[in-house]
Amino acid sequence: MTRPGGLATLADHKRKRIDELIARTTEPGGVSLIRDAGRRLLRNPTAIVGAVLILLFLIIAIFAPLVAPHDPVQRFPELTKDLTVDSIPGATAGHPLGSDPLGRDFASRMIYGARQTLFVGVLATLIGLLLGVLLGALAGAIGGWVDAVVMRLTDVMLALPSLLLAITLVALARQSTQWTVIVAVAVVNVPIFARLLRGSMLAQRESDHVLAARALGVKRRDIVLRHMLPNSLTAVIVQATLTFAVAILDAAALSFLGLGDPDINRAEWGLMLGVDGVRYFEVRPELAYFPALAIIFVALGFTLLGESIREALDPKNRR
Amino acid sequence: MPPLLDVRELSVVFQRKGTRPVTAVDGVSFTVEPGQTVGLVGESGCGKSVTSLAIMGLLPRRGNKVTGEVRFEDTDLLQLRPRDLRDWRGRDIGMIFQDPLSSLNPVIPLGVQVAEVLERHQGRTRQAALKQARELLDAVGIPDPARRLKEFPHQLSGGMRQRALIAIALACKPRLLIADEPTTALDVTIQAQILTLLKELVDDSGTALVMITHDLGVVAGLCDTVNVLYAGKVVERAYRHDLFAEPRHPYTHGLLQSVPRLDVDRGERLHQIRGSVSDNIPWPEGCAFAPRCDRVVDDCIGETVPLEPTFRAGALRCANPVPKEVAV
Amino acid sequence: MVRIISRRLVQLVVTLLALMTLVFFWLRSLPGGPVDALLGERATPQTRELLTRALGYDQPIWVQYGRFLKNVVTGNFGNSIRTGEPVTDVISRSFPATVELALAAIIIAIGLGVPLGYLAARHRGRLLDNATIIVTLIGISIPIFFLGYLLKDWLTQGVHIFPPSGRISTGLDNTDVTGFFVLDGLLTRELDASADALWHLVLPALTLATIPLAIIIRITRASVLDVLDEDYIRTADAKGLRNPTIRKRHVLRNALLPVVTIIGLQTGALLAGAVLTEKVYNWGGLGTLITDSISGSRDYPVLQALILLAAAVFVVVNLVVDLSYAVIDPRVRVR
Repeated sequence: MTRPGGLATLADHKRKRIDELIARTTEPGGVSLIRDAGRRLLRNPTAIVGAVLILLFLIIAIFAPLVAPHDPVQRFPELTKDLTVDSIPGATAGHPLGSDPLGRDFASRMIYGARQTLFVGVLATLIGLLLGVLLGALAGAIGGWVDAVVMRLTDVMLALPSLLLAITLVALARQSTQWTVIVAVAVVNVPIFARLLRGSMLAQRESDHVLAARALGVKRRDIVLRHMLPNSLTAVIVQATLTFAVAILDAAALSFLGLGDPDINRAEWGLMLGVDGVRYFEVRPELAYFPALAIIFVALGFTLLGESIREALDPKNRR
Repeated sequence: MPPLLDVRELSVVFQRKGTRPVTAVDGVSFTVEPGQTVGLVGESGCGKSVTSLAIMGLLPRRGNKVTGEVRFEDTDLLQLRPRDLRDWRGRDIGMIFQDPLSSLNPVIPLGVQVAEVLERHQGRTRQAALKQARELLDAVGIPDPARRLKEFPHQLSGGMRQRALIAIALACKPRLLIADEPTTALDVTIQAQILTLLKELVDDSGTALVMITHDLGVVAGLCDTVNVLYAGKVVERAYRHDLFAEPRHPYTHGLLQSVPRLDVDRGERLHQIRGSVSDNIPWPEGCAFAPRCDRVVDDCIGETVPLEPTFRAGALRCANPVPKEVAV
Repeated sequence: MVRIISRRLVQLVVTLLALMTLVFFWLRSLPGGPVDALLGERATPQTRELLTRALGYDQPIWVQYGRFLKNVVTGNFGNSIRTGEPVTDVISRSFPATVELALAAIIIAIGLGVPLGYLAARHRGRLLDNATIIVTLIGISIPIFFLGYLLKDWLTQGVHIFPPSGRISTGLDNTDVTGFFVLDGLLTRELDASADALWHLVLPALTLATIPLAIIIRITRASVLDVLDEDYIRTADAKGLRNPTIRKRHVLRNALLPVVTIIGLQTGALLAGAVLTEKVYNWGGLGTLITDSISGSRDYPVLQALILLAAAVFVVVNLVVDLSYAVIDPRVRVR
């Protein structure tokens, strides 16, 4: 009556069936947080939309000379001849978006604008990120008075709303160049990155894996570089994505306030919108609409992607 | 006389967009007589908590499909409109949860959290309800209840919070109390106190209790009958004494063997069940426990093993049960 | 509690002091020093000499620093380079306009943002929710000065629904009492002036409210969704409480906690947004003052004062928010 049983006693085909069924129910790979997040990201339509917008932007920026019909700074006689303060020529053959206020091909300027906008956004983000990460890592890793000084410094920087801080920095420079704009927009983000990193490092200092590494006698420098920094990096990447959107919006705002890049040849969307776009809004609103739409789509793309990554990394959403 | 609670073929399927549907509870049936204490036992993920939430109608409507019947006396709770079910919850069926801190609202004074259930179901004014709340807190053994009424959950100890939740659940003298792992989040010393309190309260008031736990010790001290769940199905049901004396399902047997005992030689190694809960095969393909089972035989694979009645209202779902004489 | 307040106050003073110090050295770090900064580069040597002596720039730096601090504390920021008036006069003239605008904007942002965020959360995943999310995303991605021009174009040209710029119609004889035109009209019973001022306020306030509104909607929505997932909401459901009770007593109160913090931060950001909005609508407030003080030659005394004022407002608002937290959240109260 009593049968011993056990996997070893099973007929071969039954045993194989068990293996098959188990393999079917357990999902392949994917216990790692990052891989798990990546999978969720690919399933999220918001992330896809964001990524597509960014990709489009990058492609236009990289291949601008191939895509653009003309040189962005060249003035065309056929455009300038009809050009007055009250009338800027619209679309004609060879100039699909018409002229800008200086008789240049507006379509080409829009396309090259992707380049300059990318340049400003990337540099502003990177400079802010590097300085912020450096300060935050120092504060988090060393602690003590270094931490106190860094924190008070960020306090002061955060005491001014970001755009006001950027305005102040440009005012400090007396004269605006493209670099004052980039640096001003970048510095605004330094305290944000610094606090983010410091917070993340402080949280980790008490975490099990760092305590374990310390108990094993790993050198402090190695703990910081090998264990803590990489773990904080995901949060920094998310913030950088969101910062890019803010950076190009802030750059546009500075241009609008007359604090932007004074180079009249520069084709950058924020500059095109903030200077000519609003100045000739009643004459030819397209001069504002196109760069504004471009900025909105790019900012939207980076915001969507950044928030999707953050959402995907949130352990709360793991399953 | 019909049982107080009659759960028939209760199933819960999780279905989220873009994912495979998951059957969390798979045709579970059991009954609770008035005043009886019934245990639902199993590892985490076996569907015991989902069962209790489904009975209470507390599963989010998004992404959950609940089928079967939950008869409370003569009413099928699953057929009630969500609005009407609210009249039953808290009045006829109370529930307490695993984590007493997160189960209490952090920004509302304790008194109000007890009083509001009385205001809702017994039409008390706030003042009368607060007065009664004080008596309730006193009854569950919270010292200085008048002061505690004005305090917030974070000011109480873990044990006291759970006592407060018990006071809330029992405030309207429900006929059924569902306790979902009520002691898991507590210190061991507090666990015993809370269990004793629960036992006293349900005994005194004649409230039936559904005790959901993974802890066989809790079952041994409290339950009249026990349902053992595995992967969403009842695999064994028995009176407490029968279950402990003669577990028939290899899973139940394994669970009992893995509890440390004082009356066994110290040298003997503790039994462990091989693998983990996720090493399942789907029930339609055989016995979900088969991959982990020491007694698996060819009959276990191929089709659902049926739940067969055994003696004294018990039931068993196994093709090769543990023989009676081997049982410890 | 008292300890938190005093610690935050000390922190506030330290922050402002540090900012003042930076501002002090900023002027001195400029090429040509403060005198060039004050007079511009084309001033004659005689005027330079005169001003250097008059402002005490020939004295040791720490004496200058001490006097600077004393001046700041007593509210003496010197005279505007552009107009020659005392800086405090220039600022107090523009102050009410910006406060009026910012208050209107924050009222719109909170008044619309919290209910909309709440509704979106309740209709999670449905049309209303998705529409709200898309609109808020555009709201934070659009350059707000461009939005200002759009609104102006749509609602003031052709269809004259709103006035295109200014705070009040020209030719309207309003009495200036407090500088808050809407309030002044009520005080002096010139209700037409109040109505006119309010009419002028709509578009600028909407423009300025865009970003805070979008952010408040998003935070409220996220916060409500978080709270709905909390165990204590399940407890409330298990008690059989009715839905309106649960929403009012258990969901809303907890969900508003993070929103309060954001409101504080956004009030500060309004100051920055005002710079852009005021330029679009020709609104004579602090924002315009900042723009005017930078364009062309920089009016450093005015800028200095404006920066300190902005920082002080921002820091104080957030201190108030933190303190109000203690009233709403009992968990903070005891700590």
